[in-house]
Parts: sequence; C-alpha cells; structure tokens
Amino acid sequence: MSAAALTDSFLERAPLALRDWVVNFLPAPLQWLGHHLITIIAVLAVFGTFFAFTTIAERKLLARLQNRLGPNRSGLPWIKGLTLFGLSQPFADAIKTLTKEDIVPAAADKCLHFLAPVIVVAFSLMTFAVLPFGRHLIPVELDAALLYFFAAGAATELAIFMAGWSSRNKYSLLAAMRALAQLISYELPLILSVVPIVLVTSTLSTQNIVLAQGGWTFGFLPHWFVFTPWGFPAFIIFLVAALAESNRSPFDLPEAESELIAGHLTEYSGFKYALFFMAEYFGLTALSGLGVTLFLGGWQAPIAALQFIPSYAWFMLKLIGMLVFFIWIRGTLLRLRIDQLTRLAWQFLVPLALLNVGNAAFWILTASWSGPLQLIRWAISLAIIVIPFILLGRTLTAGYAPRTYRYAP
Amino acid sequence: MLGSGIINGLIVTAKNFAGSYHDPERMVTVEYPEQKTVLPENYRNFPFLITENATDPMGTLRCVACQICEKECPPQCIIIEKSKDKKPDATGKLQLYPAIFGIDTSVCMSCQICVEVCPFDAIKMDKVFEIATTDRFQDLFLDRERLAKPNSYYHEIHPVEAAEVDGRLLAERKAAEEKAKVAAAAKAAAAAAKPVVTPPPATP
Repeated sequence: MSAAALTDSFLERAPLALRDWVVNFLPAPLQWLGHHLITIIAVLAVFGTFFAFTTIAERKLLARLQNRLGPNRSGLPWIKGLTLFGLSQPFADAIKTLTKEDIVPAAADKCLHFLAPVIVVAFSLMTFAVLPFGRHLIPVELDAALLYFFAAGAATELAIFMAGWSSRNKYSLLAAMRALAQLISYELPLILSVVPIVLVTSTLSTQNIVLAQGGWTFGFLPHWFVFTPWGFPAFIIFLVAALAESNRSPFDLPEAESELIAGHLTEYSGFKYALFFMAEYFGLTALSGLGVTLFLGGWQAPIAALQFIPSYAWFMLKLIGMLVFFIWIRGTLLRLRIDQLTRLAWQFLVPLALLNVGNAAFWILTASWSGPLQLIRWAISLAIIVIPFILLGRTLTAGYAPRTYRYAP
Repeated sequence: MLGSGIINGLIVTAKNFAGSYHDPERMVTVEYPEQKTVLPENYRNFPFLITENATDPMGTLRCVACQICEKECPPQCIIIEKSKDKKPDATGKLQLYPAIFGIDTSVCMSCQICVEVCPFDAIKMDKVFEIATTDRFQDLFLDRERLAKPNSYYHEIHPVEAAEVDGRLLAERKAAEEKAKVAAAAKAAAAAAKPVVTPPPATP
C-alpha cells in the first residue's frame, strides 16, 4: 500500500518521534505529563512565533495593498545596516509593549481587570487543542471536538465583557456591550455554517472530518467540502462570521481605531493591551485553522501526487493562505455600522445558513444518485442556495443600493 | 448582484499589491534619510545673509546694518548692532556693516517680512530644514558667521528669484555708474568751463 508507506515517511513521523524520544527520558509515572507538556510547549512555540510573524506580514501586506512600503527599518541590534526587510519588527514591538507602563484605573475592579486579558488569551489558546495539524499531530483527540472548539471560543466573549465591566468606565462598558451584541449575533451563523459538515460526516471529531475529505477524483480534484454546492456557501458564511468573531475589519467595531477610543480596551495599557491583541490573532488563527480543517481538507494534499510533502506543511500552507485572505479583506473593505452589522447577521447570514443546512440534508438523501442524476443533484443543490441568495440580496439592498449622493458628484 | 462590489474591491487591492512590486510610479513613500524629495522653488524656512564673496564672508556682507528688518520683525527675533567704522561694499562705496547680527530660530516664524523690507537684498530665505540640535539656546541662535552664505548658494536654492535680484542690482549699479559718470562729466565740464570763465582777460 503506497498510502501506508507515505504515512510512515520520516518527515511525517519526525515530530512524534522527537516527542517520544524526549518522553522516554522521564520516569514511567511522569511520562503522560511530559507527553502533554511537550505538546503544549510545541503549540505555544509554533503559534507564538506564527503570531509574531503574522503581525509583520499583516503590516507589510496591508501596506502593499495600499501602495506603501510597510515597516522595513527595524534591524538586528548587533549588526549595523542589516535590516532583513524589517523582519525583527515584532520583537521590537514586544519589547516596547513590555516596557510600557501598566496603568490600572483607581476605581477599577483590580482582580477582574487583571483576569480579563489572561482569560481571553487562555481561551483562545485552548481552541488549538482540537485542531488536527497533521496526520498524526492533534494535541487532544476528542469525540466532540467541534463542540469543545465553539465552547472555548465563546468563552472569550465573557472576557471581553469582563474587560469592559471591570474598567469602571462607561465607554468601556458600552463598547463591551456592543462587542457582545456583535459576537453573539455572529456566533449563530458561525455554528450554523458548520452544521452541514456535521450532518454529512455525522461526526464531531475534527480528525474524522478531515479523513472524510480524503481522496481525489482523477487524482487532482480533491474531495474537500468547499467544492460541494452546500460546502461553498457554508465556507463563505463561515468566513464572514469568523471575521466578525475575531473582531477584524470590516467588523472591527468593538475597537474601531479611528472612531472609538479603544472600545473595551480603553483602560488597558502596556502588556495587557498587547495580550488582547495577541488573543485576537490567536482567535483568528484558530478559526482559520478550523476553516481549513472543515472546508479545505485540513492536512490533505490538494493533488495526489503531492502527498510526499508532510501533512503538517499542507496544513500550515492552507492556514497562511486563509490569513493572507483575511488580511486582503482587511485592506479592502470599509467598516460596517453596528446596525448594518447586526442586519447582515440576522437578516442575511442566518436565513442562508439555515437553508444551507436543508441543502446538506438534501445532499445526504440523494447520496445514491449517480450518472446523469448526479448533474440534477448538483443543479438542485445549487438552486437551493443561489436563488434565495439572489432574492435575499435584492430585497435587502432595495432602497439602499445603488446609492446616490445628493451633494457629491 | 449582492457581493459583486466586494469582489471589485478585492480586485482593486490585488492590482495595488501586484503593481507595488513592479511599478515604482504607484509608490508614494520616500525613504527619507536615504532619499530626499526636491523641495519646491518657493519653499522657505529661516532667513540667511547674503555675502558677495565666499572666500571672505564677513568682509563682503550685503547687509549695511540699517536695522529695518530688526524693527519690522513681528516676533522680534533679529538682533543687530551697527559697526563703529565703515567698509567699502561691492560697489566700493563706504558703508556700515553689522558688528552683531543674530536670528533666534526658535522664535522666528518664517514670515519673510525681513526679506520683503530689506532695501539691499541682503537677507533671503533658506531651505535648510535639518536643524535639529541638542541645545536649544546656543544652537538655535544663529550668529553672523552661521547666517552668512554666498550669493552662489542663493542661486542654487532659489534660481529664478536670485537671477531677478542680481539683474536688478546690476541695473541699479549701472544706473548709479551712469549717473556718477554724468555727474563726473558735468563736474569735469564745469571744471573745464571754469578756467575759460575765470582767467583774467588779457589786456590789449
């Protein structure tokens, strides 16, 4: 079996082999602890550096999308003149935020004010536990992994409200309420967009969902869920909801840099402020990772011939692709107003996501159709989602678009 | 259709992204300390004093210490002390010169009134903007030696204006020379005519 041979390729097994080699130095009763600690350290180290370089990549890409150069000055402290395109910028930023003064308002609830950034980072990191980074690389294999992911992800909302409440600042509190309204609104389409996957694969385990997307038609058409008439709309809804869940442009209302002071972060400074941003990026990375897992085939190679590249490399490549797409979106779209934001969620995304669940049900019921019936199956499935999309789009934009400006030419 | 605007927007930014790598015309950034933009002709910040000769800046200042600029300066940032003796200027005429001429650039508001009121075209506006210092008292107070810059430098920074000023000065000098010549000729004529008149008539 070639698949089995590939499974056993050295690079594929290397991380696990390394972990087992280290664990074997420990006495037998402590091995389970070492096993988990190494996993935790690996996730923290990989995604910590990944976060650092996401920030610089974001700044550079945003600059290029707007015809600017982006940060390219910060070099290495011991070599003059070597700047490496400014790649050491995140470390300079980290030192800057670490050395800044940490101000806690006199009237603030000191305990909650301190706990909020800690909790927000902790919960956003916890979501990484169930993402399958490779064929054998999954920190915790849970049967209800998806449920766990959304439970841990939703807990960050609690931290945001904690931040707003404990600051004892009316602007922080109002902004936290707005943030909560947004996050709860978008929690619904986010989860509804995932339901079709659960329906079709009839499992909540992320590893099994990835395995269900294995295989290729003719060796180059992967069986990823994004290439199905119910998976594509689910993926789009997931992308929109993920943007809103991670407070990113065009849904970055909770702390709209150019409009509000800093929303629920008004009373935060120094490293605590940086922790919120770190959590935001971790949340985005985790949601992107979930998107890759659910819709883009996880660690599966796009072409059968490319299977010799280790699975975790494919996962990271797809993850980077998702993040670049999110940055591209941020460099393009304008921020929505709070009423537009909730309108989009409740009047557009939720109905479409619900229809899409029905669409997936139809797909399962017609699983036995083959030959020319397969074409009819695709046509009906597409019609179920495209016709409501056009109709909903028309009714919702009626009276709003195309917009005419009375005073501007 | 709903969403087409988003796709159009994404295409625009994608074009920006690709274009920013091969089309330098798109880029607006000037990496300042290494690259510098050419300042516009009429850019100005602080005044300087014009000297005729770069080799002897203090001896050939155009300034005659008339103190008009000192009196006109709205924020009172110019200080002038007249010399006790006189020195010949570019035309050879004996003139006073400023023994002390100072401008406090921390007070100067770059209004150019000193330039406008100067009847001798001796003070003009400079273009040097990299003037950050570590001492705000000594280094921002420019004395005579630091203010004096040759006329050739003025031509470099404001070519059009300098050519006009030089032309005008030349014409004035020519006119003055002509006038002096005419006066001298008249004097000579008078001197020549006088002996004709004055010699006592010869007795027949």
